[in-house]
Amino acid sequence: MRERDDERMRDDDVTTRAAAAAPAGTAPAIPDRAAGAPDIGTDAALIGSATSPEPAPPGGPQPHPFAVPGASPIRLIDHTGAATGDPEHGGFALPPVETLLELYRRMVVARRFDVQVTKLTRQGRLATYPSALGQEACEIGAVSALAAEDWLFPTYRDSIALLARGVSPEEILSFFRGDWHVAYDPREHRIAPQTTPLATQSLHAVGLAAAVHIKQDPVVALTFLGDGSTSEGDAHEAFNFASVWQVPVVFVIQNNGYAISVPFAKQAHVRTLAERGVGYGMPAYFVDGNDIAAVYAVVSAALERARSGGGPTMIEGLTYRIESHTNSDDPSRYRDAHEVDEWRHLDPVDRLRAHLRGRGALDDDAEARIAEEAETLAAAVRDAMNAEPELDPLELFEHVYATPRAALEEQRSMLAAELAQVADAAASPNDQEGAGR
Amino acid sequence: MTTASTTSGPTAPETTTAAATAAATGPGAQTAPATAPVPAASPVSIAGALNRALHDALADDPEVVVFGEDVGELGGVFRITDGLRHEFGEYRVWDSPLAESGIVGTAIGMAMYGMRPVVEMQFDAFAYPAFEQITSHLAKMRNRTKGRLPLPVTIRIPYAGGIGGVEHHSDSSEAYYAHTPGLTVVSPSNPADAYSMLREAIASDDPVIFLEPKSRYWVKEEVALPVRTAPMNRAVVRREGSDVTLLAYGPTVKTALEAATLAEAEGLSIEVVDLRSLSPFDDETVSASVRKTSRAAVIHEAAQFGGYGAEVAARVTERNFFHLAAPVLRVAGFDIPYPSPKLERHFLPTAERVLAALDTWEW
Repeated sequence: MRERDDERMRDDDVTTRAAAAAPAGTAPAIPDRAAGAPDIGTDAALIGSATSPEPAPPGGPQPHPFAVPGASPIRLIDHTGAATGDPEHGGFALPPVETLLELYRRMVVARRFDVQVTKLTRQGRLATYPSALGQEACEIGAVSALAAEDWLFPTYRDSIALLARGVSPEEILSFFRGDWHVAYDPREHRIAPQTTPLATQSLHAVGLAAAVHIKQDPVVALTFLGDGSTSEGDAHEAFNFASVWQVPVVFVIQNNGYAISVPFAKQAHVRTLAERGVGYGMPAYFVDGNDIAAVYAVVSAALERARSGGGPTMIEGLTYRIESHTNSDDPSRYRDAHEVDEWRHLDPVDRLRAHLRGRGALDDDAEARIAEEAETLAAAVRDAMNAEPELDPLELFEHVYATPRAALEEQRSMLAAELAQVADAAASPNDQEGAGR
Repeated sequence: MTTASTTSGPTAPETTTAAATAAATGPGAQTAPATAPVPAASPVSIAGALNRALHDALADDPEVVVFGEDVGELGGVFRITDGLRHEFGEYRVWDSPLAESGIVGTAIGMAMYGMRPVVEMQFDAFAYPAFEQITSHLAKMRNRTKGRLPLPVTIRIPYAGGIGGVEHHSDSSEAYYAHTPGLTVVSPSNPADAYSMLREAIASDDPVIFLEPKSRYWVKEEVALPVRTAPMNRAVVRREGSDVTLLAYGPTVKTALEAATLAEAEGLSIEVVDLRSLSPFDDETVSASVRKTSRAAVIHEAAQFGGYGAEVAARVTERNFFHLAAPVLRVAGFDIPYPSPKLERHFLPTAERVLAALDTWEW
């Protein structure tokens, strides 16, 4: 908006300087750019590289909007639990151990929740449940970086992110058990409704970010996307609007390998989805999505930049959906169990546990306390889902319009009369005439 | 702000201050406080009235923003937003990237944060990319969140034909929206309503699809702005009659009034009801008229099959069957895609076609 021209000029300056700073002799990341197009840099001039002409902000290195992130992800803790120091990318510090312990606690509790809900769904207590098993680092890492005033725009797969933001299990699961669509108060929690139509919520996030930008509030919108949803037109429109408007929004793409049954290779002809950031003039990161330390650090930096007027960021977390798409899916039809086993070795919870145990920061007592908390939550989830919800059919008409409508009042009266008839029949079971209809 | 009010133009015979006055006497019409200065009437077009309504809404409510394709520097392809960008600045009125789903989707996000966005779809058929955002989110958000997340978004859509527009510039898309629960769908037929209904749409906590009859944009009436006419959810009797009720909205109100004038010479007294609101439907006003005349026909430009007229005919019949002397007729566009400019005059319902339809009844 008002700063657009200024921003573009600044970016152009940065481009020129970055191009000059890019080391010679390295292969271009994308082939054959059009003559006259801005130099997009190379793998060696990666986001956060030491050659960046911009001073690194306090939250991490400044990615360049025209730099292509490389095909190797940012990783701070490897799958054995060892801190990597991230020598390739540099600049992202391992979060403090207290933060890592809290992230670990949240992941363990979230996983227990997820496993419990999947079981209850198989028992028929819920209509459906899209599990995030294996994706805890992306889910918990991203939302844990949010400030209280920030907004989250989740999809149907992000229930554990809602849990981590303090929504009660009963309110989260209202949707999946077939009770009212959205039971929690979106404004109280600053969480938009979990969205089922793909990528549509990313535009809502950009719109909310535009509103906070206009009002100059220190708020950032974070939206989750899946790899499949990046093929939707709304994803493109959201990336483009966000970048043109330079509004405070962070896109976290969880690339979990599959859109129901369709593998990533049939979804996109790119090495990484983060490469697309350059096409929008948007800083982008490719992150090990099973390393919660990396996710938390990168999302934190993106949030901080957005909050200070630095505009949008695209983050791709490479992860894996261990469970089926939902309980009605059969993954054996499209992927090998061997592949799932490989990803189990990269498990995000085991990885952080190994790291914390290795540092002596997590002892048996602490693990027992966390496990007990997780079990208490699981019991609460079971109790909540085993109780039949009290539903008022007449509420169907209550929230459609702010302005009352005569036609809906008529239909409400009709349903009320039907319900009264059923109640009467139940009260006097011998009245066959009343019960028969 | 500049309006077209200083330039001279044709004044349609049926469009007088009396029409606006009649509208203001509809059920629940607001009356101005006695102490308010009385603005002078001057010739105002629908385009000018819409421009003034947007201006006044922007001036009165800091949460109102206006954005869309070409609405900034250009003032919109129909100049409805002329001058607003300069008066209110780029944080209130701005050009968005060219993507309709993006426009509606971001408007939804702004409304979640408490704003009242007014967005423009450049033409009827170009609004289709936004259909998912409108039907799956805009229409449903209030309901799915138990009323906690109302979306006071107004989507302005220039619609219908009659302007010599090439393909995709003349669709009548009202049935798609009117069929969707959660949306309010209205269409003004004159400048006074254009002003009043747009102000009411913007102030509404419900999302409103605001259909602007583009063939009527530049026809002027004597109106004193600001004006408040009947509430936007009510139909208004534009012309009293005793033999037939013609039900029309947007561009076909003019057609109905022309038919009534022609019929008068033949001794047929036609009552014209301007529906104004397609969703909700004002059963009360329509039924009262139909019970008086006992015959009704509905006129629209959109294709007849599955069109809005089918709903009107069904409702009127269900509620007034024993008061009807004849089946409710539909005079509508043919069941074909909207034709090319040189053929559109054969497609659009005319007063003569309306009267010919009435002749098919047994009298």
